[in-house]
Amino acid sequence: MKSNRIFFDLDLNWINNINVNLSAVERRTSTLVKRRSVKKEYQASWLLKAITLIDLTTLSGDDTFGKVDRLCKKALSPIANNILSKLEINEDEVRVGAVCVYHHLVCQAKNQLNGQLPIAAVSTGFPAGLSSFSTRKKEVVDSIKSGANEIDIVINRGFVIQNNWKKLYEEVKSFKLAANKTKIKAILGVGDLETMRNVAKASLVCMMAGADFIKTSTGKESINANLNNSLVMLRMIREFHEFSGKKIGFKPAGGISTAKSVLEFLILVMEELGEDWLNPNLLRIGASSLLIDIERQLYHHAFGRYATHDKLAIA
Amino acid sequence: MNKIIKNFKNIKYGPAPEDDTEVINWIKKISSSNKNYINGKWNTSKGSKKIKVINPSTNKKLFDLTISTKKDVDLAVNSARKAQKKWSSISSFQRSKYLYAIARLIQKHSRFLAVLESIDNGKPIRETRDIDIPLVARHFYYHAGWAEKLDKNLKPIGVVGQIIPWNFPLLMLAWKIAPAIACGNTVVLKPAEYTSLTALYFAELCIKANIPNGVINIITGDGSTGELITSHPEIQKIAFTGSTEIGKKIVQSTSTTNKKLTMELGGKSPFIVFEDADLDSAVEGVVDAIWFNQGQVCCAGSRLLIQESIEKKFIKKLKQRMEKLRIGNPLDKSIDIGAIVAPVQLQKINSLVKKGIKDGAKLWQPSWSCPTEGLFYPPSLFTNVTPASFIAQVEIFGPVLTSLTFRKPSEAVAIANNTPYGLAASIWSENINLALDIAPKIKAGVIWINSTNLFDASCGFGGFKESGFGREGGSEGIRAYTKNKLPEKKINNKVNKKTKYNLPIIDRTPKLYIGGKQKRPDGGYSFGLNSTNGTFICDIAQSNRKDVRDCVEIAAKTFLKQLNNFNRSQLLFYLAENLQIRKNTFIELIVALSGSTLSNANKEFDASCERLFYYASMADKFEGNIHNPPMRGLTLAVKEPLGVITSLLNDDLPLLNLITVLGSIFSTGNTNIIVPGEKTSLIATELYQVLDTSDIPGGYINILTAKQNDLTATLSLHENIDGIWYFGHEQSQKSIVKKNSISNLKRFWCPDEKNIDWFSNNDQFLNEFLYQSTQIKNIWIPYGE
Repeated sequence: MKSNRIFFDLDLNWINNINVNLSAVERRTSTLVKRRSVKKEYQASWLLKAITLIDLTTLSGDDTFGKVDRLCKKALSPIANNILSKLEINEDEVRVGAVCVYHHLVCQAKNQLNGQLPIAAVSTGFPAGLSSFSTRKKEVVDSIKSGANEIDIVINRGFVIQNNWKKLYEEVKSFKLAANKTKIKAILGVGDLETMRNVAKASLVCMMAGADFIKTSTGKESINANLNNSLVMLRMIREFHEFSGKKIGFKPAGGISTAKSVLEFLILVMEELGEDWLNPNLLRIGASSLLIDIERQLYHHAFGRYATHDKLAIA
Repeated sequence: MNKIIKNFKNIKYGPAPEDDTEVINWIKKISSSNKNYINGKWNTSKGSKKIKVINPSTNKKLFDLTISTKKDVDLAVNSARKAQKKWSSISSFQRSKYLYAIARLIQKHSRFLAVLESIDNGKPIRETRDIDIPLVARHFYYHAGWAEKLDKNLKPIGVVGQIIPWNFPLLMLAWKIAPAIACGNTVVLKPAEYTSLTALYFAELCIKANIPNGVINIITGDGSTGELITSHPEIQKIAFTGSTEIGKKIVQSTSTTNKKLTMELGGKSPFIVFEDADLDSAVEGVVDAIWFNQGQVCCAGSRLLIQESIEKKFIKKLKQRMEKLRIGNPLDKSIDIGAIVAPVQLQKINSLVKKGIKDGAKLWQPSWSCPTEGLFYPPSLFTNVTPASFIAQVEIFGPVLTSLTFRKPSEAVAIANNTPYGLAASIWSENINLALDIAPKIKAGVIWINSTNLFDASCGFGGFKESGFGREGGSEGIRAYTKNKLPEKKINNKVNKKTKYNLPIIDRTPKLYIGGKQKRPDGGYSFGLNSTNGTFICDIAQSNRKDVRDCVEIAAKTFLKQLNNFNRSQLLFYLAENLQIRKNTFIELIVALSGSTLSNANKEFDASCERLFYYASMADKFEGNIHNPPMRGLTLAVKEPLGVITSLLNDDLPLLNLITVLGSIFSTGNTNIIVPGEKTSLIATELYQVLDTSDIPGGYINILTAKQNDLTATLSLHENIDGIWYFGHEQSQKSIVKKNSISNLKRFWCPDEKNIDWFSNNDQFLNEFLYQSTQIKNIWIPYGE
């Protein structure tokens, strides 16, 4: 069963009957990462794969065009050439999934990337999502006009906390309508939602309302992507797929900074959703410093020793 | 060019084997000198018989195991016996240091042990590394603590014979040895013949830890060696983990002795999923319940009970999950399911599954196939199963799950309890009211709420019903390795034969007391009762099998009604009040029937009233514990009544022993069937009116009079009786009680002490009755939102 449908009716009965047991979720994640292990050349291949899934991100108050230039350069050649040639991989095969920036930097990224990589813009009053509705909606349209290929929207966490699923649904739906064919990633702000039950319910509502991806967090909350909230979201994606035939993407973001941890996320997706989801159309990892740690591991794989940090280019 | 790296866009799992070089070298080294660890040294076995031990994942020989003989066992027991006195007399701090040293050594060699266990048993390295070995270390740490803080009044039992199974070889060794030696016992342990390697390596660690000679003895062998241990006269206690079949044999074969027993036996544990559960998590629970250790787990959740409304959905999720399981080389770090321990076990699984299919159950297995080399069996799911299905009743001890449905919570309980076993149960619901309501209703020793197969040294583990008795772990496990000696009186009271008994003017007609009513005996026979001076007093009703049948039926039904503890407390207080009013009657009877002096009879009567007060007070004070395993959550160790307990009394201090037994059993919420001593039956029958006046509802206390020993066999065989206490003095009767108890593995208590000092007001003595009438259920409650 495959579906091209964008919107699904808000099913309150389904949402209200969601059950998540935190202790059991924790047991699953803590044992899962010890049930699977990738070593040697398999590990290298998984790490290369991980690079292609990264939304290389800069989302700071002090971001400038210069910072975006550097980010884009690193995004286009994420791994040092000497490593790639040792691994016998062509340079143009390994690129990150996209770059992710604030609205007013989209045009600069577009200049730099020249259509070689998608640009994701965080939007709708990122990170709190509490500016006026019309402003937020307009931001979506403006970013697309500026050249954004994907829009990372933030949801109003207050709606979740108040269980106002109808409002949440309508808002996300209107953002999707504004974005039209451009993919939107709905950022749940899991740290603000606190309970796994809230995370699960918000995931479902966003998917019904037409989100193409669900994303854990802005990176600005105290709790960002971890295996527990990711597991809960992945299970909802699976459930939604079984119901609708539609494959929704997943984007964990914030705090994934080591090669070891990104492998755990990939294993989690592999086990819960399967290899179909392990491609940039359905899986992205929002990160900035992660890339350099992966590069170090690949350096080790290529040369049998760990590199000094100075040998690897920063973004 | 590396194809795997080149093809990085389609990532796959690759082999991730754990290195086994060091372990294989060690096995090669010991294969030439296969010895027992006796008296702190390696000792060459006198046995010539050897059996081939294999690596189950390759089905190739690992080494030859010697079957130890009687001489070896004698030597081991002898060394344990010699070591025991000193070991129990050194300071608790000293003992604690030895246990600590073992715990440390386990941790230092944890990976070696994990690899060795995996090779020998076939279980995945993931499990040995992350579960078995850490729990082994935890067990020694925990009991190092117990050795240090043990109550000075608790005395060790002596030499303990321990026989352990092949499914958790080193973990079961730890469960057995740690508490035993912490309490000052010495041990002779026999690992299972398929899996002795980690025990032998453990012996090397004992040598490194300088464990005093003889405290721990490890001898290899098969069932024949096990029998030599269970029948050894110098062994005071047997701790056994294994099948119910063998467990029953051990109970039977030790029935003529006073050996203490702990039995951890089989199970067919229910895994109950309610419609309001977190279904995805429950699916993972099933994986941990039945595909942990290839399902070769005594507490495996092998009976999946799904609420009808979610059956389809759940089975679909489960099948999807099963497709993702990975089976293969146990030393590979990405393997979920390893190999079955031995060819004979694989054959057994095969034949039981075939029988299940023939029986009409529907088998489903994942689409992938098992490795052909080695002893592998795929994860299997039976649907179209009912409680009557063969496959739903028999313990398969393999990766085979049977799935049944239920409609309502009450039906879930009924199906869950519809098995002779009672080891564990798993309950999945997000409704705290439901989960905590079901937990006490399931007859099993361990209940996991929204979790499964959780273990910790701080929590007791052990079964109800035919899953065995005794607990391992926690404070309750310490009880199993310390003496519960009853106080004995120094001299026997002289029987006064010159007492005068005045016959009442109207003849007495003592009947049986069943369900709160006085009933004529079914057989219509009576036996005569004389006073100690030989004067005929009256005829007493002689109960027969049918009276027993009626009585058990009512007692069992009454048990289900469950008075609350405050009710029970009030009733016992009131019983004491009403007994007091009839003081003269009972004094007169005590004097006439037991030959007691008037002043002793007075003492006995007063003590009886006091005793009722004691058990009235304890009805709401003999409480459970809360264990704190290292997790976010808690474990409730709840003391639950056994059910129907029958007591065969003697004529010694007839009122006091009757009141002690009746009061304690009632206090903990059981129903009583009491057979008073023949010569003093009239005292028990005289109590009917007091019970009635005290408003004790019918069925809680039932009294059957009979000639001495007449009902022993009938009662001990009856499968609806949950406990039997024998206070008579005849060894042959004790043996009958123990031997017959295996019909349903009812709990038996036949104290060794000949002259129990019933007057004792020692708490330990009085509480022993409460312990004997209860069993501990550990309810694990992880929480968090």
